[in-house]
Amino acid sequence: MEKVMSNKLVIALYVLPSLLLLFAVIYVPIVLTGYYGLNQWNGIGPMTFVGLDNYQHLFTDAAFWQSAWHSLLLALFSGISLIGYLVVAMILSGKIKGANLLRKIYLIPMLLSSVAIAQLWLKMYHPTNGVLNSLLASVGVHNPPEWLANPSLVLLALFIPIIWQYAGFYILIYYAGLKNIPETLMEAARIDGASAWQIATRIKLPLLREVINVTIILSIVGSLKYFDLIYVMTDGGPNGASEVMASYMYHQAFRSFDFGYGSATAFALLLICLVATWVIRKVTATSDTIQYS
Amino acid sequence: MKTQAAANYPLGVAIRGKLLTRVGYAALYILLIILAVTQLLPLVWLMLFSLKNNQEVFNLPPFAFPSQPHWENYMNVWTSGNIGRYFFNSVWITVISVALTVLLASFVTFAITRMSWKGSQLVLGLFMVGLMIPVHSTLIPLFSMFLKLHLTDTSVSIILSYVAFNLPTTMMILLGFYYALPREVEEAAVMDGCSVNRMFFRIVLPMTTPVMATTSIINMIYNWNEFIFVNTFISSDENKTLTVGVQNFIGQYTTDWGAIGATLMISILPILLVFLIMSDRIVEGIAAGSVKG
Repeated sequence: MEKVMSNKLVIALYVLPSLLLLFAVIYVPIVLTGYYGLNQWNGIGPMTFVGLDNYQHLFTDAAFWQSAWHSLLLALFSGISLIGYLVVAMILSGKIKGANLLRKIYLIPMLLSSVAIAQLWLKMYHPTNGVLNSLLASVGVHNPPEWLANPSLVLLALFIPIIWQYAGFYILIYYAGLKNIPETLMEAARIDGASAWQIATRIKLPLLREVINVTIILSIVGSLKYFDLIYVMTDGGPNGASEVMASYMYHQAFRSFDFGYGSATAFALLLICLVATWVIRKVTATSDTIQYS
Repeated sequence: MKTQAAANYPLGVAIRGKLLTRVGYAALYILLIILAVTQLLPLVWLMLFSLKNNQEVFNLPPFAFPSQPHWENYMNVWTSGNIGRYFFNSVWITVISVALTVLLASFVTFAITRMSWKGSQLVLGLFMVGLMIPVHSTLIPLFSMFLKLHLTDTSVSIILSYVAFNLPTTMMILLGFYYALPREVEEAAVMDGCSVNRMFFRIVLPMTTPVMATTSIINMIYNWNEFIFVNTFISSDENKTLTVGVQNFIGQYTTDWGAIGATLMISILPILLVFLIMSDRIVEGIAAGSVKG
């Protein structure tokens, strides 16, 4: 038994192809990203080693910090909306008829491609014929805003479809977590005279803590590296008003052909995501592990 | 339980309490339904304008049906552009990537969970760290690597990237299932003189069919909708997938709303269809893939 199950040749055969692919597509490129960041390079010609110049430039680059600020705003916005999702999941996990169908409906936008969602919402926001401004006009608003062309509205206008896209995903995760809590705990509390509010805050929330921590990481890190919808809908415009870190990186590398600086930005993005994960883990770490008894 | 708790209160309080719960229940229900409508309405609107001509789009109220549905919008976009080509590319790239990912992930997960070797935990860790790596931080080196290997503008570059980036999530969903497989199965197989390969292909893999189906669907949704790799690596129309093709196609038809609507509907219908048939598996898979992180 032991001998068969520790056959080195078989293990190598089973593990190495995937491991090689993992290194070739993820780990080696990450190291290279860090290294490219130390060079001046247009992607095709020779590389010139410039040391930490690109990284230093990143620190003083107002456009980068602006994009980082926008990413952070998205993270805050998503983080806050988690509270709403949690409330909806709590309601849904109560004895609600059709809960199954409802959470499936909520999930539908998440299954669609970002391009389809982006194009759909571009039409929704269309200044004259979009559904939003048509409805505003029908209730008597004469000068409805041009949502995506207005620098002070564009971020909010982009955050709404992003929230719309992911709502069902987080509701589903909370719902699954809530359904994992044994019903006997809630029954016992009800017998002791606990109200629905007390059950929600004193039993469900503490037991859901691990799940909540995971969603906080997912939503914040996901926001920091968010790209698709913004790239398709506004491409960072108007005039950088909706640029985020990932789109800034993409523009530097694949539009300005400044691969060295783009790489430095990409490496900074990676570090920011890893540090954010680490910090959230630290902040939310619990010493006491939850046990259902 | 409820009647017991109510019995402790005077009659009036109990009735008022019941009335309040009923009103509260209705309010919660309305909240859930409003959310469901919000998630669906943009898609309903999309479907409606995909069946209208421009005149109807601009003159009818947004949610009005066209007097006569313009199904020819669908015919026109399918025959005039490369949509059919993009569609076919999406299908076969998705199928190959999903099959490769699930098979490779099964190999690795089997070796890690069922076979004994030093370094299995280290290898597992390497794959799991891959979960936190933003795609963007590998994009520039991947592009230049593929360029050197003459793989840019080929489907190979896309498939390799999809498989590598999907391996960690897929393994995460498989892990729990593999850990739960009973040891006796292997013992019996080894007693009968079964080789590891035979055991894996004939016994273990068939036993994991349900979880493989779940991961396949999750992978399928991801690959079908993926944007940034195709947008970066693929330049010729011939090799584009539906997501990126749709984006370019719409760029040329910015004014014909019916055509745009029909194009978007074509790109999202396959996913909606799969969801309609397999929604339970999808919901379960998404929940499993995220919470266990």
